Amino acid sequence: MLNIVVCIKQVPDTNEVRLDPKTGTLIREGVPSIMNPDDKAGLEAALRIKDEFGATVRAVSMGPAQADAVLREALAMGADEAYLVSDRAFGGADTWATSSTIAAAVSKLPYDIVFTGRQAIDGDTAQVGPQMAEHLGIPNVSYAEEIRVVGDSLIVKRQFENSYQVVRVKMPCLVTALTELNRPRYMTPGGIFSAYREKQVTVWTRPDVPVDDSNIGLKGSPTRVKESFPKAVKGKGEVVTLDAEAEADYIAEKLRERFVI
Amino acid sequence: MKSFSEYKGVYVFVQQVDGVIAPVSFELIGKGRELAKQLNTSICAVLCGHNVAGLADELGEYGADTVVLIDDPALETYMTEPYTHAMHSAIEFFKPEIVLYGATTIGRDLAPRVSARVHTGLTADCTKLEIEQETGRLLMTRPAFGGNLMATIVCPEFRPQMATVRPGVMQKAEREEGRRARVVPFGVKFERNDRYIEVLDVIKKFNESEDISEADILVAGGRGMGSKENFDMLRELADALGGRVAASRAAVDAGWADKEIQVGQTGKTVRPKLYIAVGISGAIQHIAGMEESDIIVAVNRDETAPIFNVADYGVVGDLNKVIPMLTKKIIAMKESK
Repeated sequence: MLNIVVCIKQVPDTNEVRLDPKTGTLIREGVPSIMNPDDKAGLEAALRIKDEFGATVRAVSMGPAQADAVLREALAMGADEAYLVSDRAFGGADTWATSSTIAAAVSKLPYDIVFTGRQAIDGDTAQVGPQMAEHLGIPNVSYAEEIRVVGDSLIVKRQFENSYQVVRVKMPCLVTALTELNRPRYMTPGGIFSAYREKQVTVWTRPDVPVDDSNIGLKGSPTRVKESFPKAVKGKGEVVTLDAEAEADYIAEKLRERFVI
Repeated sequence: MKSFSEYKGVYVFVQQVDGVIAPVSFELIGKGRELAKQLNTSICAVLCGHNVAGLADELGEYGADTVVLIDDPALETYMTEPYTHAMHSAIEFFKPEIVLYGATTIGRDLAPRVSARVHTGLTADCTKLEIEQETGRLLMTRPAFGGNLMATIVCPEFRPQMATVRPGVMQKAEREEGRRARVVPFGVKFERNDRYIEVLDVIKKFNESEDISEADILVAGGRGMGSKENFDMLRELADALGGRVAASRAAVDAGWADKEIQVGQTGKTVRPKLYIAVGISGAIQHIAGMEESDIIVAVNRDETAPIFNVADYGVVGDLNKVIPMLTKKIIAMKESK
C-alpha cells in the first residue's frame, strides 16, 4: 500500500486582506485563515489515490499552534494521520530553512509520494516544494495538472506557459500541485467528528525533528528581510462620467493625444 | 562578516526551449549588465541545451560579455535534474556573485532546486533589483501578501545571491548588431540517477505569437463582461488597435477566457504601451500584473472600482455601449489618416 505525505500550510486568505487607506499598512484583523488552495489540491490528489488504490495519507504542517485547524480539516477530508511541526526555534525561517525543517520531519515518515502545493498565497514563492525534494534527494515534478499512478511510477501532466510535458517519475518523488489538478472534496460530518474526537494531531517540537541547528529558523535562513513597505500607489488619473458616445470620444481623443492611434 | 572576494560576476540563466530564447532572459541580461557595471564586473549568460551554440551571438548582441555554454544531449528538453546539475556545476566552478533566473515555470522549478543544492538564498519573483551602495549587496524587492506589501530581501552570509525575476518587469537592452560575447564551453558530466524523470510527450497548447506579455496593446476583460460572447467585442477593439485580448482572473475562472491570457499575480505580468481594462474592478492581484503599463484606460460601471486608482483615463459607464462605439471611432480615425 502506498504511503503519501501531504504538506499543507495555513495561510491568511489574501483575497480578504485590505490596506488601511490612511496608513497604508495591512489590515490583518478579522482575516480568516484557510488551507492554502494549492496544498488542498495536493491533499485531494492524495485522497483520490487512496480511494482508488488504498494508501495511508499523512498531512504535515509547519506553523504555530493555530495551524492545528488546517490539519483537523485535512483529517476531516480523509487524511489518516496529521503532524504539526511547531517550535519557536523554527520561527522566522525563509524558504531554505523551512524546506530543510519540513524535509527532516517528512524523513521520519514512510513516503512514496510527497505532495506540496505549487505555492502559498501569502508568500507566492513556489520554492519550498522543489527545495524539499532536493533535501530529501528525490525527484520533483512541479506544476502538476494531472496525475496517475502506474506501477512504481507516476505519470504527471506538467504545466508550462505554452505547453505541457507528460512525464514519468519513479517513486519516491515529490509533486507540486496546482489548483487546476482537481476540485477538493468537502469535509463530511462524520469526518469532522472523527477529526476532533478520534484522530489526533501529533505535535513535533525541536527535539523531534532531525535537522541541524544551522539549518532552521531565522539563523538557518540565507535570506533576510531588510525592510517591508506598502506598495507605492500610482497617482490617480482622470475619471469622467459622460454619455456613452462622449465617453468613446474621450478615450479615442486621449489615445490620439498619446500617439497610440 | 565573511569575505566573498572570490565570488565575481553577474550570471544569468538563459532559458531556451526548442532553440528559442525566452524574452525574460534578454531582460535579465539588460538588468544584469547595469548591476555588473555598478559592481565593476562583467555579465555572463549561462546557456544550457543541446546544439544551442548558435544562440550565443544573439546573447552577445543583447549585452552578454561572456556566454558559458553547457551543450549536452541530457539538456535537450527541460528536466529539473540535469538542468540543476548543470547550473550547480557552473556555480561551483565559476563562483558568481549574483545569479538571476526568469520567474517562469522553468525558472521557478530550477532555481529553488539549485539554491538547495548550492546552499544559498533565493528570492522569488523580484520586481526590482539594485546594488546597495555601501555594501555592494544585492537588494531584491518583491511583492508579498498577494501584492499587498513589498519586501526588500538580502542574502548577507551566502553566495551567490540568487533571484528569480518576473518576465516583463525589466527592460531588455538595445540590440547591438555584431556585438559578440566570448564563448566559454563548459563540459559537465551527466549520469542518470534516481532523480531523473522521463519526458513521454510534449503538448503545445498555445501559439507563442499570441503571448500577451509581448503585446504593445492589450484590451482586457473582467467579471463585468458578463459572458464569453461579450469578449468578441474586446477582440474587435483589439483588432482595430492592433493589439491582443487579455483577461482578469475572474473572467478566466468564469470560463470566458483562457488561462494563458490571464493578467495578474497568478497570471502574467504585462507592461504594454496601452492597457485597456474593461469591466475589471481592479483587485490588488490584478493590478500587480499590469500597473507598469505606459497608459492605462479603464471602463467600468462602478465609479468606486479600485481600477480607477491606477488608470490614467477612466470612464464610468456601460461597456456594452462604450466599447463598440470606441471601436468604430478608432477604425474611422485610422482610415482618415
